[in-house]
Amino acid sequence: MMNNPRMGLGSVIVATVRRELLLAFRSPGDVINPLMFFIIAVTLFPLGGGADSEFLSGIASGVIWVTTLLAIMFSMESLFRADYEDGSLEQLLMSPQPLYFLLLAKVLSHWLVACLPILILAPFFAAMLALPAAGILPLILGLLAGTPTLCLLGAIGMALTVGLSRSGLLLAVLILPLYIPVLVFGTGMVSAALGSLPYTGLLALMGAMLVLAICLSPLAIAAALRISVN
Amino acid sequence: MLEAQGLFCERDDRVLFQRLDFSLFGGQVMQIQGSNGSGKTTLLRILCGLNTDYEGRILWDNQPIQEMRTQFRDNVFFLGHAPAINKSLSPLENLRWFCASRGVSDNGDIPAALAAFGLAGYEDVPCYVMSAGQQRRVSLARMKLIPAKMWILDEPFTALDKRGVAELETMLAAFVKEGGALMLTTHHPLQLQCPITVVDLDRSNDEADNS
Repeated sequence: MMNNPRMGLGSVIVATVRRELLLAFRSPGDVINPLMFFIIAVTLFPLGGGADSEFLSGIASGVIWVTTLLAIMFSMESLFRADYEDGSLEQLLMSPQPLYFLLLAKVLSHWLVACLPILILAPFFAAMLALPAAGILPLILGLLAGTPTLCLLGAIGMALTVGLSRSGLLLAVLILPLYIPVLVFGTGMVSAALGSLPYTGLLALMGAMLVLAICLSPLAIAAALRISVN
Repeated sequence: MLEAQGLFCERDDRVLFQRLDFSLFGGQVMQIQGSNGSGKTTLLRILCGLNTDYEGRILWDNQPIQEMRTQFRDNVFFLGHAPAINKSLSPLENLRWFCASRGVSDNGDIPAALAAFGLAGYEDVPCYVMSAGQQRRVSLARMKLIPAKMWILDEPFTALDKRGVAELETMLAAFVKEGGALMLTTHHPLQLQCPITVVDLDRSNDEADNS
């Protein structure tokens, strides 16, 4: 029993993703809550602002982006909370495996659970808000590049505040400023496309932000978790 | 294996321990004693690298522990106050991920490990329906699954019934006999068939005060 073979890093990551997905499956609230928030919040805009399609098409990309961003922020709460409370986080921090990849796997699974459903619904809601067809592709591409960045940045904030019992507002204050560039470039892409301008430059910038977030944020998350557990 | 030199820790302006020296070798049992709040858990967490608010040196195989993190983590099993068991998952799922997160292939050993702690047949029961003692046993079963040279156990006997305590003691004694190093805190009178080194945090502090 003491001489079991070592697992490769790949299987460690797969096992982590599998565990997180299994947990999401056991408590479907983690999947449904962000999605319901997104659906309800987006639906409220035509109700509150009037169903004039010219007005709606002007705000469509902004509404989709802002509600997605808020849905992600609210969903962050579930990322480390349970692990912190039951002590799994201590075990994770004491793992001989590189924490970088374990955390990356955790955030990736969170993205799959919390963001992917929103991404799938986003085109339909964009159409509901009368976003012209030319804006739909840049919206989706932007969300595809931007939401993982948002998850990674949010995870840093969550890791810092997981030790506090009520971290809601503090989390917002910590991470919303970091979300602004993603929001600006994301909505910028749609406006550029609607103005018949090329948007690939902005998409490349968002891709660069994602790469930067993938490289650096797991380090920041690890450091923040160590502080929180301390 | 593990050596501490001149450890000092202070929390909220209160000195928990100072000038604490000890070394732990394979085949040795070390019991950390002290009244509630004397810093037993803090000491264990410091040794595990979970708490960094201390002064002094900790050596692993004669090297500063900061330089030996991976080797250290590879060889240490830590059992904290919290069970580290996710209640939505079954024992099997919990332990499978535990092994994977440490990069150890479980090789189908999990049912045997659970059976060793009297949980045969509970592999697929969600942990939230289990009692505190049973969850503790799931938590303890982890030490059967990973190759560790040192076990650091914080109150391992909590919530176990009499038979569970006796079984765990047998297991600990066997581990030490095979050359493992064991460090634990407990308020339960230990009955291991091997010599026990006691580190008393209350006394170490008094002595340091008087000198």
